[in-house]
Amino acid sequence: MTQGFLVTNRSVRWFLMCLAIFTAVVAFGSEASGAGLFSTSLVKTLGKTLCLCLVAIAMDVVWGYCGILSLGHFAFFGIGGYAVGMWLMYARTEGIVLSSLSGQTIPPTPSEVSDAIGSQIFGVVGSAQFPLIWSFAHSLPLQLLMVVLVPGLLALVFGWLAFRSRVTGVYLSILTQAMTLALSLYLFQNDSGLRGNNGLSGLQNIPGYEQTSQATISLMFFLASALALALGYVLFAWVVAGKMGSVIKGIRDNEARVRFLGYRVEGFKLFVFTLTAVVAGIAGALYYPQAGIINPAEIAPIASIYLAVWVAIGGRGRLYGAVIGAAFVSLVSSWFTGGGAPNLNLGFYTVQWTDWWLVLLGVSFVAVTLFFPKGIGGVFDYLVRKPS
Amino acid sequence: MLRLLIALAVFAGLSLPATAQSQTLQSILQPVADEIADPSRASVGAALDALVASGLPQVTPFLEAWSDKGVWQRDADGAFFYGQAAGGELTLTDIDTGAETVVPATGHTELRPNGGVRRVIGTTLVQFQLSDPDLTRRLSAIDSLARRPDADQLAPLLASIDEEPDPALKARKIQLANILTVTFADDPADRIAAIDSLSTDTSIEARAVLNQILTTGITATPGAPVGNVARILTVGDDLTPAAAYDLLVTGDLAPPATAPNAIRDALAANIVDGRAGGIPTAQLGDPALREAAYATLAAAGTVPPLVTAQDQADAIAAHTFAAIYAEGDAAITDAARAALTSAETRVAAAQFADLTLDALSLASIYFLAAIGLAITFGVMGVINMSHGEFIMMGAYTGFVVQQFVPDYTVSIIVALPLAFAITFAAGVAMERLVIRHLYHRPLETLLATFGISIALQQLAKNIFGTQARPLTSPGWLDGALIFSDVIQISYIRVAIFVLALLFLGLIVFVLKRTRLGLEVRAVTQNRGMAASMGIDPDRINMLTFGLGSGIAGIAGVAIGLYAQVTSEMGAAYIVQSFMTVVVGGVGNVWGTLAGATLIGFLQKGIEFLNPSNTLAAQTYMVLFIILFIQFRPKGIVAQKGRAAAD
Repeated sequence: MTQGFLVTNRSVRWFLMCLAIFTAVVAFGSEASGAGLFSTSLVKTLGKTLCLCLVAIAMDVVWGYCGILSLGHFAFFGIGGYAVGMWLMYARTEGIVLSSLSGQTIPPTPSEVSDAIGSQIFGVVGSAQFPLIWSFAHSLPLQLLMVVLVPGLLALVFGWLAFRSRVTGVYLSILTQAMTLALSLYLFQNDSGLRGNNGLSGLQNIPGYEQTSQATISLMFFLASALALALGYVLFAWVVAGKMGSVIKGIRDNEARVRFLGYRVEGFKLFVFTLTAVVAGIAGALYYPQAGIINPAEIAPIASIYLAVWVAIGGRGRLYGAVIGAAFVSLVSSWFTGGGAPNLNLGFYTVQWTDWWLVLLGVSFVAVTLFFPKGIGGVFDYLVRKPS
Repeated sequence: MLRLLIALAVFAGLSLPATAQSQTLQSILQPVADEIADPSRASVGAALDALVASGLPQVTPFLEAWSDKGVWQRDADGAFFYGQAAGGELTLTDIDTGAETVVPATGHTELRPNGGVRRVIGTTLVQFQLSDPDLTRRLSAIDSLARRPDADQLAPLLASIDEEPDPALKARKIQLANILTVTFADDPADRIAAIDSLSTDTSIEARAVLNQILTTGITATPGAPVGNVARILTVGDDLTPAAAYDLLVTGDLAPPATAPNAIRDALAANIVDGRAGGIPTAQLGDPALREAAYATLAAAGTVPPLVTAQDQADAIAAHTFAAIYAEGDAAITDAARAALTSAETRVAAAQFADLTLDALSLASIYFLAAIGLAITFGVMGVINMSHGEFIMMGAYTGFVVQQFVPDYTVSIIVALPLAFAITFAAGVAMERLVIRHLYHRPLETLLATFGISIALQQLAKNIFGTQARPLTSPGWLDGALIFSDVIQISYIRVAIFVLALLFLGLIVFVLKRTRLGLEVRAVTQNRGMAASMGIDPDRINMLTFGLGSGIAGIAGVAIGLYAQVTSEMGAAYIVQSFMTVVVGGVGNVWGTLAGATLIGFLQKGIEFLNPSNTLAAQTYMVLFIILFIQFRPKGIVAQKGRAAAD
C-alpha cells in the first residue's frame, strides 16, 4: 500500500530525495564528521529549521488541505517542547545534585535529593516544591508520551468542543488564537509550575551525554529532525492522497456539501486537527533541545500567526510548499535580523534591515496574498507539467 | 517659621487693641519665667495653666514657637522673644507687638524644651488649635491628631465638638472622638458605645481601630486557654502542625524537633570505623536506617534524644491552641466584632459598587476598541487584524499633536478629530488597496491584514522608538471622583465612559437615522439584493471600513490618555476586541455593547476573586469565552434570518 503510494506520488519521491541529499551534505560537512564545512551553530539552525518545516506541513494539512485556519498549532509545538524540556531539566539537575551530594560522608536520602532538585529548578520562582505536572518528569519514556499525549488530548477536547458547535471560518481562527493566548498567559504565571516567564533552560545539555561534544549532539538532533520530517511528510502525503484526502479537501471547498453527502465532517476535522497537533508536539520536542531554552513567549499568539504566514508564503495545499515557506522565511528572517544583510543606502536614508525587516516581511506578505495566492510553491506548477 | 511669624504679626496687629491695655503675653510669662525658660514635665503644667487662663490669642503661636525651639530669652531682663538666628545675628520679634529688631546673638538664650515637655505643650496646643477661628488650622490640627492619636488629646477634642461651626468638620471631629474613645477611654461602657457608633463607619481608619482591638495572639496551654479567648484553633485546619509544634517549643512546652539536617550532621560527626551508630555509612541513604543509627547514638548519650514525628503529634495533641485577644475585656471584643462585621458588610456593598464602576469603565474601553471592528466585520465579513494598529495610530496622533500644541485641553480637542481623519484615511486606503481584492477569501484577509499589522507596528517602532510615549491628559481630568474611602474612579475613566456613550449614540444615530446607515444595514443583510436596489456596495464597504478605522483612532486617543503609548499597544487590545465581537455577536451595535459589558464585568469580577494575579484572571476569562461560544456560537445578539447565513 505504502509502496504503491510512493510510486504514484512523484512529489514525495522528489522531496525525500532532496531531503536525503541535503541531510547527507550537512552530515558529512559538519564539524562532528571532521570536515568542518558547517559550524555547530549552523547545524543547529538547520536542524531547528527542519523542525519548523515539520510543524509547517502539519499547519498546511490543517489549513491548506482541510481549510481550518488554526492559530494554535504553535502552542502544540510549544507544549511538545515543554514536555521534553521538563525531563531534560529534571534529569540534568538530578545529575548535578547527585554529584554535588556524593562528596558527603553520609549518602543522601531520596527526599533530600528531591528537595535539592526542587529548589534548584524552582528557586527562581520562589518555590521548592514539585508541582503536580512534574509527576512524570523523572521518566523519559513517560515524558515522551506526554509530548504526544498532551497536545493530542488538548486538540481533541478543544476540537471536539469547537467543531461540535459548528464554529467555522474566522470564528474558529479567533477561538484557536484565544486558546493560545490563554495557554501562554497561564504559562507566564510563576505559579503555573513551569517556572513562569523564566521558562525551561539548559535544554541543550542532554543528560547521560555530558561527555559528548555539542557538535555531535547537534548532528544527532539534525539527523533526528530530518528523519522526523521525512516520516511526517510521508505520513501527511499519505493522509491527503487517498480517499480520506479527497474528503478532507472537500471539507475545505464546501463543508455543507460534504456533510450532505453523508460524511461525518466533524470526525474528519477532528482527526486532522488532532493528528497535526500531535505532529506539531513532536516537532517542538525535537526543536527545543536544539534551541536550548523555551519560555512562554514562544507560545504567544503571534508565533502561530507566523506559522500561517510561512505556509501562505510557501504555498498552501502542497506539502513541499509549506516546507519551502518555513525554511525560506525563517532562514531569511534570521539572516536579516541577525545583521547578515547589508544595509541599504538610499542616499537620504540608510535602511537598516534589523529595523526594517518586519516592514518588508509584512508588505511582502500582503503582496504574496494579493498577487501570488499559490505562494512560492506555485512556481513549480510552471516548471513541472502536471500528470494528467 | 517665617510664615508663622507673619501670621503672628498680623494676628498680633489685629488683636492688640482689644487686650493690650489690660494684659500682654510678656506680663503673663514673666511671673512663670523660670518654668518657661527651663521647663520639666512636672513643672511646666503651672506655666501652661497660667497661659490658658489668660485667654490671649497670642498664646497659640507662642506655644507653637516654643515647642519648635523658636523662642529666645534675653539674659539681661529675662524677656521672651521669637528669634531666628542667622550667623552671629539674631532677628528678635516681640511676642506681643511683632516688632522686629536685629541684635547680636550673644546675650540671648534659645529655649530648648525636651521631648516630654514638648508633648505636654502639644496637648495643650491641641485644644487651642481645635477651637482656632481659622478653619484651615482646625483642619490641620485634626489631621495631625488623626495621624498620631494620643490618649491626652481625647478630652480637648471632646470639648471642642460642641462649638464647632463647620458641619463637615464637626462630623469628622465626632468620628475621630469615637475612634479615640474606642482606644483610649477608661470606662468600658464609653468604649462600647463608641465601638457601636463605628459600626456604620466604612472608613479605613475606623476599621483599623476595630481590627486593632481584635488583634489576637496564638497561645498553647496544657489545659483550658487563659484570657479573652477569640477561638480555639484546630491543628491542621487553622495552623499547620509544624507551626503548632514551633509554638510549643517557644513556650518551653516541648523539646525542639530534630531537624533532618541535624540527624545527618550528628551522624557525620560520629563516624567510627566507617560506621555511624553501628550502621555502615554507605547504607545511611535510607531514612529508616538513619533514624535507627541516630537512636543508637542517642541511647549512648552522645546526641540529644530523637523527637520523632509521633512525639510531635503527641505533644500537639496534649495542648490546646487558642487565639487570645490582646484586649482583655470580652464585652469590648464582642462589641468590636459585631461592629466590624456590620462595617464590613457595608464595605462589601461599597466595594461591589466600586467594582461595578471599574467594570463599566473597562467595558467602555473595550466597547470603543471593538465597535469599529464589529462594524467592519458585520458589514464586510472581514476580520481586520490591523485594527489594533489603528488604535495605536490614533494614540500616536495624539502624542504628535501634543508636541505642537502645548495646551493639553486644546491638543486633545484637536487630536480627537485629527485621529479620526488620519485613521479614516488609512482605513479607506487599506480597503481600496488590499481588502477589496480579497472579499471572497476571508481567511486570507485575516492574514493580509496581519501582514499590514506587523509592518505598521515595526514602522511605528522605527519612527517613534521603542520607549513608551506619554499622552498627557488635561489638568481638569486629573484626580478622581471620590464617593467614599472605597468607591472612587478617576476622571479619565469617567471621560472615557462618556466618550463611549457618545459614540454609542452617534453610531446608533448614523445606522438608524441616516441614508448611509440604511445602506450599511442593507448591505449587511444581503449584499446582492442591496446592490440590485441601486446601492453601491463597494462604496458602502469603503465608508464602513473608514468609519470603523476612524473610531479605532479615537479609541486610541482615549486609551493613550490613561495607558502608555507604545508601538505594541494595539496588540494588547486586539484579542480582547475580537472576544468582544465574537461574544457579542456580529454586525450589531447592541451585541458589541453586550459583549463589552460582559467581558468588562467578567474580567473585573475574576480579578476581584483572584486579586493577586491579573494573568490568571485573563486566562480564566479566555477559557470562559471558549466555553461561552459552545452555547451561543453566534454571540449574545445573534443575527437571524438570511443575514445569519455565512
